[in-house]
Amino acid sequence: MTVRLKVNGVEHELDVEDEAPLLWVIRDEIGLTGTKFGCGIAQCGACTVHVNGKAQRSCVTPAGSVQGAEITTIEGLSANGLTPVQQAWIDHQVPQCGYCQSGMIMAVSALLAKNPHPSDDDLAQAITNICRCGTYPRIRAAVRELAKAEG
Amino acid sequence: MPTRRTILLGVGGTAGALVVGYALWPNGRIAAADRIDAATGEKFVTNWIKVANDDTITVVIPHCDMGTGIFTSLTQIAADELDSDWRRMRAEQAPPDTVFANGAMIEGFALNGKTVPPFLTGVAANTFRFMAANVSIPGAGYVPQITGGSAAIRFTGMNAIRVAAAAAREMLVKAAAARWGVSPGDCTTKSNRVIHAASGKSFGYGELAAEASSYDPSSQPQLKDKSKYAFVGKPVQRFDTPRKVDGTTNYGLDAKQPGMLYAAIKISPVFGGKLKSVDESVIKGQRGIRHVVRLDDAVVVIADRFWRARDAVAALMPVFDDGGNGKVSSSTITERRKAALNGKDIKSDVKTGQGAAALRGKIIEATYQVPYLAHSPMEPMNTTALYKDGVLEVWAGTQDGLGGRDFCAKAAKLPIEKVKFHLTPMGGAFGRRLPGQWNYLTYAVLTAMKVPGVAIKLIFTREQDTQHDFYRPNVMSRFRASLDKSGMPVAWVNDYTTDDDPNPQAHIVYDIPNQAIGAALVPTHVPTGAWRSVEASWHGFFVESFVDELAHSAGKDPLEYRRALLRNAPRHLATLNLAAEKVGWGTPLGAGRARGIAMVESFDSIVVHVAEITIDEKGSVKVDRIVSAVDCGMVVNPDGLKAQIEGAIVFGLSAALKGEITIENGAVAQSNFTDYPMVRLAECPEIEIHIREDDGPVGGGGEPGVPPVAPAVTNAIFAATGVRIRELPIKNHPLKV
Repeated sequence: MTVRLKVNGVEHELDVEDEAPLLWVIRDEIGLTGTKFGCGIAQCGACTVHVNGKAQRSCVTPAGSVQGAEITTIEGLSANGLTPVQQAWIDHQVPQCGYCQSGMIMAVSALLAKNPHPSDDDLAQAITNICRCGTYPRIRAAVRELAKAEG
Repeated sequence: MPTRRTILLGVGGTAGALVVGYALWPNGRIAAADRIDAATGEKFVTNWIKVANDDTITVVIPHCDMGTGIFTSLTQIAADELDSDWRRMRAEQAPPDTVFANGAMIEGFALNGKTVPPFLTGVAANTFRFMAANVSIPGAGYVPQITGGSAAIRFTGMNAIRVAAAAAREMLVKAAAARWGVSPGDCTTKSNRVIHAASGKSFGYGELAAEASSYDPSSQPQLKDKSKYAFVGKPVQRFDTPRKVDGTTNYGLDAKQPGMLYAAIKISPVFGGKLKSVDESVIKGQRGIRHVVRLDDAVVVIADRFWRARDAVAALMPVFDDGGNGKVSSSTITERRKAALNGKDIKSDVKTGQGAAALRGKIIEATYQVPYLAHSPMEPMNTTALYKDGVLEVWAGTQDGLGGRDFCAKAAKLPIEKVKFHLTPMGGAFGRRLPGQWNYLTYAVLTAMKVPGVAIKLIFTREQDTQHDFYRPNVMSRFRASLDKSGMPVAWVNDYTTDDDPNPQAHIVYDIPNQAIGAALVPTHVPTGAWRSVEASWHGFFVESFVDELAHSAGKDPLEYRRALLRNAPRHLATLNLAAEKVGWGTPLGAGRARGIAMVESFDSIVVHVAEITIDEKGSVKVDRIVSAVDCGMVVNPDGLKAQIEGAIVFGLSAALKGEITIENGAVAQSNFTDYPMVRLAECPEIEIHIREDDGPVGGGGEPGVPPVAPAVTNAIFAATGVRIRELPIKNHPLKV
């Protein structure tokens, strides 16, 4: 029952079942708690991480299914300092309670990596994460600004 | 028998000595604060204000962080009174200790005149018991650290922290003047220093803190003139944002303790049901399972990892009885509400003029209803608890740290001194984490007491969170009105159901000569509690819908109609006019599109929303834009206020469009975001907020944006389709253009 995961560039050999949810493995086995539990059924996106650069909801991802993949959590998003997305989140004062924002930032970062200049519609289609504080208007404003940026 | 609301008013009465100014702490209490919360090089000067020897000022905040940004806003208030450099301001959570009980909250509510806020009614009995059970602080009574009622700025900020900071400044000046042998009047303060301009001498606050704190604080210090504010009124960035974009904020869910175990729970689906039996053999041999704990109305599985506990408790299939509530459903509750409104037991709350006797001629009648709603903050309820060597240690997010500590002590039957309580940041609350709604503390504490020696983190799954909340009540409200020849109402008769006491929020600001407002008590077995904006969330919908109906009955424009009814309410009228002007009320919209307007005053703030909607060919409603005008008197952080109103609009939209908790066979039928859905980005309208500042009382910011959302949207739907939605949520009504 060994699962090998590469999280934020670090290899972990873990004594867990293949079907153990990636979310809880990341949080409770590896100890990275920036990734959050919200619903457990891939509805809310609070648990979003990157698997080979793509946003994925870790609460329904069996740990055994992502062996060999590059898994990135909020803690590993930037090697040093803040990414432009995180900086835009500060500039636009996006977070309120902040609980969903790890997942939001991971989801938006994956979108921008694929589509650096998303329209409002692109954003709305791609980002289905739930925020109960209602930070969507600021997320939209932050992404509009990021979408205008060069590169 | 006195109601819970009047009991609390009675408490307010005994605190009446505090009417003039805010009681600052006597020196003995400052010394106690130093012992508990001052690090080396720090010194409390007055309540809540700590000065370090590098001149840094820390505001110790008797509230919690559930996302509204009050740590920053309250610090802005203190920074201005202390003439501080912003870079040398800090905010810290007050410890859950009686020394840091927040008198300003209850005082504020009591002195605010009207009534005790409805959000406290569910907790008043608990609070009252708490106060009675503890040593009273002379002159202040005993009050805990509640965060709620949109009260942090208007009460704690304006009445406590502002006064404490101004008094601290006076004491620092006095200390410097004494050293120099000059008059305090010849000294000024700037950037954390006291300056004597004539001699060119100055001292940093840090050097003066110890001497300053030995003076008696004035309870009526000179407050800074509003025109001189450097921070209040400015869009200061929040302290907590950097740690909320990199995943390092540690919420309750993130508590870590050595050897910690995890627990999952299954609570009796029917409220009031008890655990009858549970067959543990079905999970025997499953990996990581350590204990099965039987509680009165729940079973808890403890494992080495959460997912193992969760899967095991799901497999257990415990048997519960239904506590006699197994036949209750939403339809039986609705029937009881209807019967109560048609019955004789309606308690009169307001009668003006001739009341109902003024109903004459054609009577316009309408009955409305709102459903139960869950709070569903993103962070599900959780608590970590460790009982070891006679001491209980708890990590949890609650909307009252000191109250939470006391609650855990009582649940564990321990003296409060034997309980350590760590109040964590919260992944949202919206009322869910208020006193009175602490089932997640109870279950975790009882579990820890039965399995001592190891920290246990109990996490509600989203399903348990949805099905074991304390819900926004299901309420029915009936109106009757008659109009004069010009179409204006002469009689307004409103009866509604309530789970406890009459709701002040049913009172109307509109100028109608004959009013009769009454409430019928219809308690059910469903636990209810304060939900963001509390009773304003239902009466705002009822009143603003019915006023709209009257306008249309009279053949008048709903904005003009409200204007006519607000001729004696200048602040309301000005706020209404601001929203109307900014949205371009009356300018044409395309096919299938319409506007609706609604205005609700709650928590001393007036909020007007105008919703612009589109009904598509399939009959679905899209809310395109909401233009909002807000008057909350003085604004501390305009960007923070805007964020709160934006959030309140989204929160209110989820409820208006989709929100519905129903009861089937005594239990909640919904379970997760699939059947209790939320508005997401794609459905979020463009939002424009316009703030109107005036000299009115300082109002709250967290809640008042919620109530006008639903009626603004349903009034727009009526304008677009002629369909009047009298029962929420909107999704249950077929529409077409």
